[in-house]
Amino acid sequence: MSFFDALDLHGDAPAVISEQDAVVTYAELARAADAVGAHLVGRPLVFVVCENSAASISGYLGCLRARAVPLLLGRSITPESLASLVSLYQPEFLWLPTEHPARATAGADVHRDGPYALVRTGATGGAPLHDELAMLLTTSGTTGSPMLVRLSRENITSNAAAIASYLGITDAERPITTLPMHYTYGLSIINSHLLRGSAILATDRAVIDRGFWQMLTRHGATSLGGVPYTYEMLKRLGFAKMELPTLRTITQAGGKLSPALAREFATVCEAKGIRFVVMYGQSEATARMSYLPSERAIDKAGSIGIAIPEGMFWLEDASGQPVTAADTEGELVYRGPNVSLGYSGSRADLAKGDENKGTLRTGDLATRDADGFYYITGRKKRFLKLFGNRVNLDDVERLLSDMGHACACAGRDDHLVIYATGDVDTIALRASISAQMSIHPSAVTVRTIAQLPRSESGKLLYSALPQ
Amino acid sequence: MTNREKYEQVFVDSFAVDKGVLSETFTYQCVPTWDSVGHMGLIAALEEAFEIQMEMDDIIDFSSFTKGIETLAKYNVAI
Repeated sequence: MSFFDALDLHGDAPAVISEQDAVVTYAELARAADAVGAHLVGRPLVFVVCENSAASISGYLGCLRARAVPLLLGRSITPESLASLVSLYQPEFLWLPTEHPARATAGADVHRDGPYALVRTGATGGAPLHDELAMLLTTSGTTGSPMLVRLSRENITSNAAAIASYLGITDAERPITTLPMHYTYGLSIINSHLLRGSAILATDRAVIDRGFWQMLTRHGATSLGGVPYTYEMLKRLGFAKMELPTLRTITQAGGKLSPALAREFATVCEAKGIRFVVMYGQSEATARMSYLPSERAIDKAGSIGIAIPEGMFWLEDASGQPVTAADTEGELVYRGPNVSLGYSGSRADLAKGDENKGTLRTGDLATRDADGFYYITGRKKRFLKLFGNRVNLDDVERLLSDMGHACACAGRDDHLVIYATGDVDTIALRASISAQMSIHPSAVTVRTIAQLPRSESGKLLYSALPQ
Repeated sequence: MTNREKYEQVFVDSFAVDKGVLSETFTYQCVPTWDSVGHMGLIAALEEAFEIQMEMDDIIDFSSFTKGIETLAKYNVAI
């Protein structure tokens, strides 16, 4: 039985605990979910505007239990982006916070549960959804690109089970949320713990917020996850000196942690008796594809580890041939039950079935050492992770071009560099592009350059950009 | 520059706001740029401007423009 169908198995055990100490049990969560689900007749498409709260989670579960298809979106989505997605996908319902600006024009309320409302949009005639489709996630939310990842029930349940297995999750675990619910990594923490009947400490507070640590201590959090920037903040806050007796596990994904920082945390965690588990994944593989067993965190620092249970990796060279030698770079390819069905760019695409057939070309370059551990060495595709969020560099160039600026975009994770030509107010451009992408301006640098370097065929030559 | 002017300038630069909004109501998350990333940037900029190294509790409790003035006093920075 899928974890979302089996919530009642955990009965009166706490499922979600809020910052105000409100406890919602598994049975109560199931009832709240079904109260939403009762309206979702005929497999509608539902946009779920997420936050880390019982109400948000119950609506999401209500969709899955009723076999409606949720698209998970962040609470901070701009009204323009949301309107554009609504127009493209024609969802029959929205499940969103009552104060969300989009609610006013979304449609009619059909159900309320505390701070959330189910709104019927009145959209009809949208293309039917494929039988296998269970959920949709965004890929690159910050550039407003509407590409979605199509996931099946098997994708969701198998990944939750694999993660729960390699992390040894039990009902004694009490994870505290540190990542947005609509983000694949944040969602996987919720799913894998719901599967095992754990109590999820739900908060949207950041680690620099006193309230976060108060909640962690008050409710005895046993685990937390973080993207590379989270770890930079934890380091700056002095994680090494913190007294956190209930914390047993910390996980890391959402981009590559520098080997030095990985080794530092591995060492600090070993001294504190905390398991430090580095992981790798993409929404195209539901969430996780690999993990580095904590006992290897020091000697294999910088590695993404080994494939999760039921998954497998191999490397392919430029001509698609398997790379068999150790320490030789190739494209990382993954096979497993968590590989998504494919992408979607429109409502019509939601009728498509399984295009990937279980195999995912990750778009990342990697090597495998003699012990079978993988290391990410680069990316085939032009994107960066900014604070864990994927940002497609070509999309940013298009955004800038629409604003009237011919630019080349490059940089590295957490540091986007825009090379602009002409008479440009670099400060103003940086402010406006970061606002458009909902990214903190400190992650963006704008440099002026006389001319964009191009090859003979006219293509932008990123390798010739000044460092 | 006086300490007060230095302090205000850090806020102006870190959050792209006008000096005029800096009061006890200028708090964490009151503008989009004062999120967790902005907060870490603010702390780093204050440490550099005043040549101090802040402790975790002070970083986490630095919740507003005026609270910050009290906090910096602990580091012998009079604003």
